[in-house]
Amino acid sequence: MVGGLLKTMPIYLNSTFIQLENFGHSLQASSYRIQINKTEDIYEAFQLAKKLGLKVTARGTGISYNDASLNGGGMVLDMRRMNQIVEWDSASGLVRCESGVTLEQLWQKVEPDGWWPPVVSGTMKTTLGGCLAANIHGKNNFQAGPIGEHVVEFTAMLPAGALVTCTPKKNADLFYAMISGLGMLGVFTSITLKMKRIFSGLISVDAWHVSNLSRHLSGLHDHAADHDYIVGWLDAFARGKNLGRGQIHGARQLKEGEDPDSQKTMQLAYQHLPDRFFGVLPKSSLHYFMNPFMNNLGMWGVNTARYISSLRTHTFRQSHAEFHFLLDYVPNWERSFGRGGLIQYQSFLPKETAEDAWREMLELSQQRGLPSYLCVTKRHRPDTFLLTHGVDGFSLALDFKVTDKNRAKLSAMLQEFDRIVLDAGGRFYFAKNSETTAESTRKFLGDETILKFKKLKKRCDPNGLLESDLYRRVFGG
Amino acid sequence: MSNAIPAEDSPKPPDPTQGKPAPATPLNPRRRGIVIGASDGLGAELARNLAREGYSLALLARRKDKLDVLCSEINANGGSARAYVHNVSEYSKVPDLLRKIVAELGGLDLVIFAAGVNLPPGGMDKYNFENDHKMIEVNLIGAMAWLHPISEMFQSAKAGQIVGISSVAGDRGRVGNPGNNISKAGLTTYLEALRNRLTRHGVNVLTVKPGFMKTEMLKAAQGPTPFAIEPAKAADDIVKAMQKRRQVIYTASIWRWIMLAIQHTPSFIFRRLSF
Repeated sequence: MVGGLLKTMPIYLNSTFIQLENFGHSLQASSYRIQINKTEDIYEAFQLAKKLGLKVTARGTGISYNDASLNGGGMVLDMRRMNQIVEWDSASGLVRCESGVTLEQLWQKVEPDGWWPPVVSGTMKTTLGGCLAANIHGKNNFQAGPIGEHVVEFTAMLPAGALVTCTPKKNADLFYAMISGLGMLGVFTSITLKMKRIFSGLISVDAWHVSNLSRHLSGLHDHAADHDYIVGWLDAFARGKNLGRGQIHGARQLKEGEDPDSQKTMQLAYQHLPDRFFGVLPKSSLHYFMNPFMNNLGMWGVNTARYISSLRTHTFRQSHAEFHFLLDYVPNWERSFGRGGLIQYQSFLPKETAEDAWREMLELSQQRGLPSYLCVTKRHRPDTFLLTHGVDGFSLALDFKVTDKNRAKLSAMLQEFDRIVLDAGGRFYFAKNSETTAESTRKFLGDETILKFKKLKKRCDPNGLLESDLYRRVFGG
Repeated sequence: MSNAIPAEDSPKPPDPTQGKPAPATPLNPRRRGIVIGASDGLGAELARNLAREGYSLALLARRKDKLDVLCSEINANGGSARAYVHNVSEYSKVPDLLRKIVAELGGLDLVIFAAGVNLPPGGMDKYNFENDHKMIEVNLIGAMAWLHPISEMFQSAKAGQIVGISSVAGDRGRVGNPGNNISKAGLTTYLEALRNRLTRHGVNVLTVKPGFMKTEMLKAAQGPTPFAIEPAKAADDIVKAMQKRRQVIYTASIWRWIMLAIQHTPSFIFRRLSF
């Protein structure tokens, strides 16, 4: 029904006004939400927004930690109904999806045929459109790169109304800018990805502890080569000579024949995350029980206990879903952070400067009485996408609880973190940090990159229709 | 006049009356509010108070000069306020202007309807249809023109707060100024109706009934003006009531008891009084 949105929406616009949140429930913004069912709807929404003088942001499941899919006072395109897996070729591993397809739908489609998405985030709830816009990475970033390197082709609707198809060869400048482009050049409609082969539903995980920051980083660095995935957990409460202690998980995909039961383990039923703890407690209620521990003392206890339990070095096998989607293990775990919600601060540092910079940051957080309750480390490599966050080094993701009392203190500390990271030649990731300013962005991306991005934006979006709260914050609108 | 055409990208000097809302982040959350009728008196004091509370504000009034001075003052003091010249009896302009304001503020959390006129007929034996018509047009229909679409938005968003500045004048029809009495009685009842509709959607509606305040409007009042308070004090009361999500307040609070007595004065006495 061409003309549907344009005809009816101006009348019903006020009743589409809705308060949206980030994943951490720490930020709210109200927008007009327009349901997108098909590609033409996007074109009509652009026309409508232009007529009404509104800015537009596409939103998938809305689980970015920051304001990437918020657009206060503007129009938000709800892409979740564009969720068809259009074509799946189990011989070649190529899959063509609409952009609202989630990683959950994707792995459940391809896994029984012996394939797995080449790059996944810590939650399976993300949509592919969002994955491309942020150019997500996984625990295999050091070898597989970001998801963009596995995109064979995509189609996107530009605000001017054109539908463009990009591959690494065709419209290459747009290909490398729209992937990582925060959804500010166009709206993805169709995405073709190459899956990777697996020969078992299980993955072999080595777990060992590291007693300080230096060993933590060398552990990630030295053991990356003999694993497909590597991820570290860091105890941000440990001080002095124990600073930076934690546990590393390195995972290896099983080769053909290594899993005698591969027929069974590759079945979907085998991959499902258990929905009860100890077979009794429904996990959906667990976040209520976690809440009382969400303070410095409680989290010191949890982190210390966790470290003690990690002292045993061991190797075990677990399902792909269990290994990859840690964030989905406890549903609504982010709710346990309470009313103020949580934020994440993730920094990407070159391997030469990471240790000193993180030592400074971790010590500062302890001095200020604001230790991170959950820290995760990863190994990375650079990539060629325009707004890249990749470095030949490591990333450290710090989760902080936000309260009315700690806002000002936390904000001041994160500004110092920004200075430490920038001085050390580090970078930030636009799907995570919520406080990065336009100035910090200019420092790590460089004027030339920003100019190049803005030129492309002018070409794709001459009327400046696409804007998110994130875009206004980091590029100054 | 110079013929030089400014280059497209040359940055314009910032307009002191059009503050740009700072980006809202989890650690620097900024709520967004509209104050309708903000140029002086209670509206202006509310704007100053809310700016201190960290609101990004859109300020509306008829008089551009006063509005500009207020916005410049707020922006110079580290707040964020944008000026919009508007006459609330131009109802047809509301939907477009509202959408523009919400877009420029980056959302909407609070609306204060503080616009109002008080045009007494000039004595308890005088009648003035023009004045009464004007009061209904501004005080009541103006409120409906704004609060209808805003209620629709807040109801859908399941969040938000509406504050209506009514008056003790609406609590009883009196001899001095029937037009003002009915416009404020209408507004009070309208706000109550909105409250009954919106509470179930998580939206708070606060009715404010000020007594006498030391503003321009006080000059219109005939006779004595007891318990007159500074508008800054009233603004303080209102912001506190907002934060507690209260339903109806009198300011100064003594008016609650005065009006209780007046409301319960039997008609055979009340109709013989001359206030």
